[in-house]
Amino acid sequence: MRLDPRLSQIMAKTVLWTFTGFTLFILIFIIVNISVKGLPQITPTFLFDLPHDMGRAGGIFSTIAATAYITLLAILLASPLGVGTAIYLTEYTREGWGTRLIRFGSECLAGVPSIILGLFGFVLFVMKLGFGWSVLSGGLTLAIMILPIIIRTSEEAIKAVPREYRQVCYSLGLSQWQAITRVVLPSALPGITTGIMLSVGRSLGETAVLLFTAGASLRTPVSVFDSGRTMAVHFYILAREGLSMPNAYGTAAILMVSILAINLVAYTLMQRLIKRYS
Amino acid sequence: MSREKFVERVLFLLALSSLSSLLLITVFIFLEGMPLIIETGLGNFLASSHWAPTKGHFGILAMIISSVLVTLGAMVLGVPLGLACALVLAEFSPPRLKMVLKPTLELLAGIPSVVYGFLGVLWLVPLIRDYLGGPGLSLLAAALILGIMILPTVISISIDALDAVPGPYRDGSIALGATQWQTVRRVVLPAASSGIITAVILAMGRAIGETMAVIMVAGNALKIPTSILDPVRTLTSNIALELGYASGRHREALFATGIVLFVIIMLLNLAATLLTRRK
Repeated sequence: MRLDPRLSQIMAKTVLWTFTGFTLFILIFIIVNISVKGLPQITPTFLFDLPHDMGRAGGIFSTIAATAYITLLAILLASPLGVGTAIYLTEYTREGWGTRLIRFGSECLAGVPSIILGLFGFVLFVMKLGFGWSVLSGGLTLAIMILPIIIRTSEEAIKAVPREYRQVCYSLGLSQWQAITRVVLPSALPGITTGIMLSVGRSLGETAVLLFTAGASLRTPVSVFDSGRTMAVHFYILAREGLSMPNAYGTAAILMVSILAINLVAYTLMQRLIKRYS
Repeated sequence: MSREKFVERVLFLLALSSLSSLLLITVFIFLEGMPLIIETGLGNFLASSHWAPTKGHFGILAMIISSVLVTLGAMVLGVPLGLACALVLAEFSPPRLKMVLKPTLELLAGIPSVVYGFLGVLWLVPLIRDYLGGPGLSLLAAALILGIMILPTVISISIDALDAVPGPYRDGSIALGATQWQTVRRVVLPAASSGIITAVILAMGRAIGETMAVIMVAGNALKIPTSILDPVRTLTSNIALELGYASGRHREALFATGIVLFVIIMLLNLAATLLTRRK
């Protein structure tokens, strides 16, 4: 028997909306659960005290410092590489096998799972180059992880800048590089910032890479050769070894809230850029 | 050399960074893991499920099977849910609602995998233990958590594929008297199929490569699972669990496990790239 098309449409829509509702429910459940149990843990002492007794007591200051240190290093290393790649791909070459190969490499790199990156960082930076478990090893490996994100978003941002901008520059006698640095890049800056912010968000939550490259020392890292435990790694250890549920929840809440806030701002920036040039 | 030419050369070198990183990763993983695979024999390594690295037994069959089963389970949950969200957003929701729902659902991608694992242990594992039996830490728990974790991948790539279907296709179908659902099912979905398949393939890569959440909920037992309630150890969790203390041959065996994982994921990536290129 053939179902009445209108009836089947109603049924299909009901199923689709139910599934969507369920997905939203999961998301809201995660955010509410972590916030309700975690946010009350966040006090000035929690943020600015050093962890005591393996993290059972005290705050998480050293892990915040390590996270900031490693993330900053990764961003400083990956941004010039990523933005440079994007400029080259959009401004200096025609589409061809060369650009396809570079893009394919970047897409494959984006697909490499973090545990493989962790293995790689461990063998190259920690062992072979002798950096040990350190901020430097962690930052270098993270930089490779976020490179594809920066390339992709910068490319999109630079492509969004209208052709006419460049033509006007040339007609005024500017060279290509002058046009890029004085006009194209400043116009694309919000998009490039988006990419960098998304990379920060990704770095904050990363665990597998850093467990094997930056180590898990609870001391506040000072030199780039010091080991440092990031917030995500700290949270993982607290949760897995059952050291302190309140501290685990507190760390998770800080992580989640900062990542969500960063992603939200990045998203709004990108939307604004797209709207301005389309 | 003129300044312009110099700048171009420098930018070209920068552009090689991602490709050369990928190359370095491949070379180092293979250099560390290949000797062990050659010594043990690829057949023995892949087809034996006897993993006792300190006694010289390196068989990863149980982990391969576990990884595959966990990934398939994740697909069973994640693909219908994700596709439904994509369809609702791209075809059925008013534009205003889409403007709110899309970024909201994309937030799922930002939640760190350790948080998924943590909530899995606290909420999902007890539910499975109490209502379905077994230890709770299980293949099922890992599959469910991964199913949720791949949602953003499935949703955002499927939406792109659906949005790329030209509007006139829909108009034509509606003009012929088809309902909106008939249009979606007979016209839009077939037209977007290659993009949706790409989404599924990339999601598979995500699922099979995920580590931290799986370690926390899968139970990590070293055997071939016979039920979805059995605890399992995947390729990724095996590496992460043992790398901390492994040395010598044992460490090489973990890199060899990494090679297997790396090859699987690169094949999936290649398939996804070829699919998108054909369009």
